[in-house]
Amino acid sequence: MGLWLMAGITFREAARRKILWTALIAGAAFLAIFGIGLHLQMSEFHTRNTAPFLRYQVMSSVLVIGLYTVDLLAVVMTILTSIDTISGEIASGTIQAIAMKPIARWQILAGKWTGFAGMVAIYVAMMFGGTIAMGSWLGGVAPQNAIRGALLVYLECLVALTVTFMFGTWFSTLTNGVLVLGLHGLAFMGGWLEQMSGFTQSSKLVLVGIYTSLIMPSEAIWRRAAFEMQPPLAGSLQFTVFPDVSVPSSTMIGYAVVYMVIAFAVAIYHFQRRDL
Amino acid sequence: MLLGLVKPTDGAAFVLGALSTDVQVRRKIGFLPEDFRFYEWLTPGELLHFHGRLCGVSASQLRERIPRLLELVGLTPHRDKRLSEFSKGMLQRAGLAQALVHEPELIFLDEPTSGLDPMGRRLVRDVIRAQRDRGATVFLNSHLLSEVEITCDEVAFIKDGEVIARRDLRHSPQDEIRVVVRGKNFSPQLTTGLKQWATSVDTGGEQITLTTKSLETLPEILRHIVASGANVYEFRPERLSLEDLFVRIMGEDRGL
Repeated sequence: MGLWLMAGITFREAARRKILWTALIAGAAFLAIFGIGLHLQMSEFHTRNTAPFLRYQVMSSVLVIGLYTVDLLAVVMTILTSIDTISGEIASGTIQAIAMKPIARWQILAGKWTGFAGMVAIYVAMMFGGTIAMGSWLGGVAPQNAIRGALLVYLECLVALTVTFMFGTWFSTLTNGVLVLGLHGLAFMGGWLEQMSGFTQSSKLVLVGIYTSLIMPSEAIWRRAAFEMQPPLAGSLQFTVFPDVSVPSSTMIGYAVVYMVIAFAVAIYHFQRRDL
Repeated sequence: MLLGLVKPTDGAAFVLGALSTDVQVRRKIGFLPEDFRFYEWLTPGELLHFHGRLCGVSASQLRERIPRLLELVGLTPHRDKRLSEFSKGMLQRAGLAQALVHEPELIFLDEPTSGLDPMGRRLVRDVIRAQRDRGATVFLNSHLLSEVEITCDEVAFIKDGEVIARRDLRHSPQDEIRVVVRGKNFSPQLTTGLKQWATSVDTGGEQITLTTKSLETLPEILRHIVASGANVYEFRPERLSLEDLFVRIMGEDRGL
């Protein structure tokens, strides 16, 4: 019961403080610009009388880039909206009147997590749905395995959310932000280095990518999502910014799930024991 | 620690017969933190509803209870405002109401009158008395000793985390009387003699300050001082305020 009350108040806070609405309005602006880009590109294809095969491959790539932007926006929004929820309430003392109520501390944490997870689910669904609808309407393309891709992006957001919660039980809001964004940046860089290995044939770059993915698996999840969503031919011919080079395996996705569960357990363990 | 906010480094504490770590015992406990903060985007009614539900009070009970509580703490005219629009005193009143929303048996109030105007302080006193009359035990933690003096039945002085003295304020007027004696020719033996009636004697030049526990001892003390050969110009008994007791028990602040 306490868990759902906390989830409800967290969700309501996002709506009442206009966090969710602001994110959705910014998302709508992104979709509008994306739509304009698709429309202009299609006009260009018509003018040049581009072959349908080439048109399809290019528009598929543009769609994946759009989905990648949605992925980045979703992860950053997840981190920024949740970064203050534990550390900020501990620092301000807001947590005191709640933590002394007859609910276990893990329920407070799990409830807040559930509230944010619900909010992020709405955001990812709307942004993914909007981008795919734009791609289909204006570009005539649709991703392969869209639902699987969306679920992977959602998993990536949940990993970022859980890591933010975990550090929030230890550090101040600012330190937490530096840590989580720093880790995501590390994963981002590692992922791109691993992509570059396709051009340089460097096995060491692949290793760098794998190690950074083990430290923070967020970017690896996206690369798997990109692999799932783009046409197989575009990936294998490297006719995309996310070629099928060193695609994270299902084991890596399993690792990300285990990573998230452990981070969540650590967050609860520390939150249960710390003074408030 | 009793509320589970701070973990003990060692040992265990019991509240209402249960371990302080027992989450369920907190259904019977109300708490107003010193610097009450809450989600400021809520209205006071929403705040009480959320806290009431956390304490296991049913929604139907809360529908009946919340307007009554808002009325009790004088927030009915502000029920539709968000807490972000509230002054510190109004937040304090909202915090007091949330501490009472589940009708607890034991209530901890940490500096409940800080930030309140005189009317607000009177309201808090009335609320505390009403809770006491309902059968609840109220722990009032305050440095405003005049408030404590007129509100509490019992007082405990805590220094460095330990209770170093306790007083029953229902009987304290007869307990502690301070006498200031101004005069000349106080002999060194006088102090020793006064100790048979006084609990403390402080001699300084032409003034002796002593405390005694009974009004009945005053004539004998005066007779003893005069008999010692001293010239007495003033003999002024006064009841010890809680602040005096505090200073005596805790010691003077040497910081100034």
